[in-house]
Amino acid sequence: MDMNQYLSMFIDESNDHLQSLNEKMLELEASPSDLSIVQVIFRSAHTLKGMAATMGYEDLASLTHQMENVLDLVRNEKLAMQDFIFDTLFKSLDALESMVQDITDGGSGKADVSAIVTSLQAIVRGENLSTNVTSTSESEASATANNDIQLDEFQYSVLDQSIAEGHRVLYIEIFIREDCQLKAVRAYMAFDLLERSGEIIKSNPSVQDIEQGEFEQGISLYYITQEDPEELRQRILNLSEMDKVKVIEMDQESLKLMSEMAAGIAEVAVTSEVVSVDPKPMPTPTPDVKSAAPKEPGKVNVGTPSRTIRVDIERLDVLMNLFSELLIDRVRLEQLASEARNTALTETVEHMSRVSSDLQNIVLKLRMVPVDTVFNRFPRMVRDLAKSLDKKIDLVITGADTELDRTVIDEIGDPLVHLIRNAVDHGIEPVADRLAAGKPEVGVVNLRAFHSGNHVFIEIEEDGRGIYRENVLKSAFKKGVVTEAQAANMSDEEVFQLLFAPGFSTAEKISDVSGRGVGLDVVKAKITSLGGHVTIISTPGKGTNFSVQLPLTLSIIAAMLVKIGSEKYAIPLASIVETAILQNNQVRTVHGNKMIEFRGSHIPLISLSRLFDIPDFDESQEQETEIIVIRKGERLAALAIDEFIGQSEIVLKSLGAYLPQIQGFSGATILGDGQVALILDPNAFIK
Amino acid sequence: MEEDIKVIVFKLGEEEYGIEVDKVQTIERMMPVTRVPKTYTFVKGVVNLRGIVIPIIDLRGRFALPEVEYTENTRIIIVVVNDMEVGFIVDSANDVIDLNIGQIESPPEVVGGIKAKYLQGVAKISDERLLIMLDLVEVLNKNEIIQLESIEG
Repeated sequence: MDMNQYLSMFIDESNDHLQSLNEKMLELEASPSDLSIVQVIFRSAHTLKGMAATMGYEDLASLTHQMENVLDLVRNEKLAMQDFIFDTLFKSLDALESMVQDITDGGSGKADVSAIVTSLQAIVRGENLSTNVTSTSESEASATANNDIQLDEFQYSVLDQSIAEGHRVLYIEIFIREDCQLKAVRAYMAFDLLERSGEIIKSNPSVQDIEQGEFEQGISLYYITQEDPEELRQRILNLSEMDKVKVIEMDQESLKLMSEMAAGIAEVAVTSEVVSVDPKPMPTPTPDVKSAAPKEPGKVNVGTPSRTIRVDIERLDVLMNLFSELLIDRVRLEQLASEARNTALTETVEHMSRVSSDLQNIVLKLRMVPVDTVFNRFPRMVRDLAKSLDKKIDLVITGADTELDRTVIDEIGDPLVHLIRNAVDHGIEPVADRLAAGKPEVGVVNLRAFHSGNHVFIEIEEDGRGIYRENVLKSAFKKGVVTEAQAANMSDEEVFQLLFAPGFSTAEKISDVSGRGVGLDVVKAKITSLGGHVTIISTPGKGTNFSVQLPLTLSIIAAMLVKIGSEKYAIPLASIVETAILQNNQVRTVHGNKMIEFRGSHIPLISLSRLFDIPDFDESQEQETEIIVIRKGERLAALAIDEFIGQSEIVLKSLGAYLPQIQGFSGATILGDGQVALILDPNAFIK
Repeated sequence: MEEDIKVIVFKLGEEEYGIEVDKVQTIERMMPVTRVPKTYTFVKGVVNLRGIVIPIIDLRGRFALPEVEYTENTRIIIVVVNDMEVGFIVDSANDVIDLNIGQIESPPEVVGGIKAKYLQGVAKISDERLLIMLDLVEVLNKNEIIQLESIEG
């Protein structure tokens, strides 16, 4: 089978499972006695193991198997979750993650996990010693039953019918001693013994492999017989150099469940069993094993049928590009139709417009992904950070279902990681300081996402020590970012913005968590490149709020088209506050800068014609000027233009790799007439 | 045995220039160009080439040659170099020739006022005909442009 075609699916699904394992583990840590969570974790781990084994990633499969052994004890209430068990399991998850990452990067997913495996085994063993014989055998048996050989339809129906006809169907696992010299011979003897009183339907490894000695210690097989299971077991054990033998009698239900479960884990049967072989003599399986078997798998096979499909993001990009072409043609058609004044044509074009706007909505929605996909890694991160910093922190996530364009989602992760690290490390105080300040010892970090107009806001708010203006300024003076004279006139917000200056860090000492050479300036650069901004609100002693504003999508935006002389420009609607017409005598000059009065305050009037050296227009030659008031955060400015063309949906296009980052433009768009219009970046005009 | 290459031949004034054909994407007639303020003076602006926005360089401007009016013969040669798509405005482009690499000689110090660094070499096609081979990577080198600009102030 060509595995490559399944590889990306495997990676995606493994990541999903790892994520849910992480989440559930955190949940379990919060309420360690909730066994239903353990069930979910167990199921997820089990599926992961099966997938890994199918794909031939044996290290992955066997590590998962060890985790399963631990979880199995937990869910059967043989083992109570304790801190060190959590730590070991989290470590295992990290190891699994790095293995999957290795596979993603084209590696073989191999890793040395012996240390973790040993501690997992120790956990399992430690519990074995303190429980009685029956329970050990029970958990052993159920773990064993999970490692199954895959039956094809024919074999399955043979077994199924045999049960129906009153034969005994046994699932047998035979382990030959590790030091055995002639394993193939021993295996043959066992097979021979079995063949004499029944029929072997399927064995793993296959008979051919066994004949060539190509197997390790374990053989598992399905067997139809009339013999008594326990007697049969003894007979096999009587053969020399047998380590242990397990015999489980199947009924129709357990057979069905086992064969369903087995799909995909066939290959793990040998490897994983080898690791779990315990040197000490195994207790005899008791008859109640039989009843345990169907019970265990019963919880495994379910999974709600998914009504979604995975789509390659590149295909969506192609779809998006094609769609944007269509959008341009639509505008062109609308124009032509209005010129042609043909009723039938106009109606058709109008209908097409409606359909294509609906289509546009759907295409855009296809690309929308809940921010959850980014947020879900944070609980674990905060847990580990809090542990390493010895702080107590509660991460509260709200609005995880808020949707954002996939391209934004892909980029926003790193900046958020940084901001959260920052909040945990610099924001929240150590427990002693918090108590001294009269705060509860557990600090709260709120991670919020919500829609607002054409934007999505992501806020990271904590109730920590807050930012002290003086500290920021002190550091700023030292680094020469601002002078004392400049600082005197700065608002708190402007002062906080200094934190985003390159090379700026107020951390007194570099801790393990932050101060890795990446500053907040990188965060800001990233967010700005996505067309968003960050603002900081902070009250000393009370906490800090980093608010990140992001555009909903990067591909299609609503814009106001304007004319300045013969040139056309697009201004994103999202940053427009209002449009107005201004008499020239309303313009005042303050310190050589043109200002206008707007809603009781004075805002600068920016002459685009002068800024862009537009040859055929100058607003000062006119009696009245059209203006567009734009906003960046709290600040406003007015742009003087010549004429409004109107509002339109435009498709954002890059200006290409050759042109440098030109001040004032965020890209270009193609208008209905095929001409290119530049898109103004209003943020560049407000300093 | 030295290789043959195919070369697109275009004119700036009286001089003939060559660009290897594998760097050329298409040759277009003059089309409406949208000016981009605040960029290099020789960047005429951007055009819409079947849905893709491409910056257009006036090659005369790039080489500090006197500008001329666009005519029927004016062409835009779209090239792709280092993943950058750029169009060059040239006076005319109407020939493709095969050239043996051995025919290309290293560039003389000054040819028609163009700095030698933009030149890959000069190919002698016949006694009357010299072809100036452009080094596109240098022509599109932005670091050099920035230096140039700051020197010229």
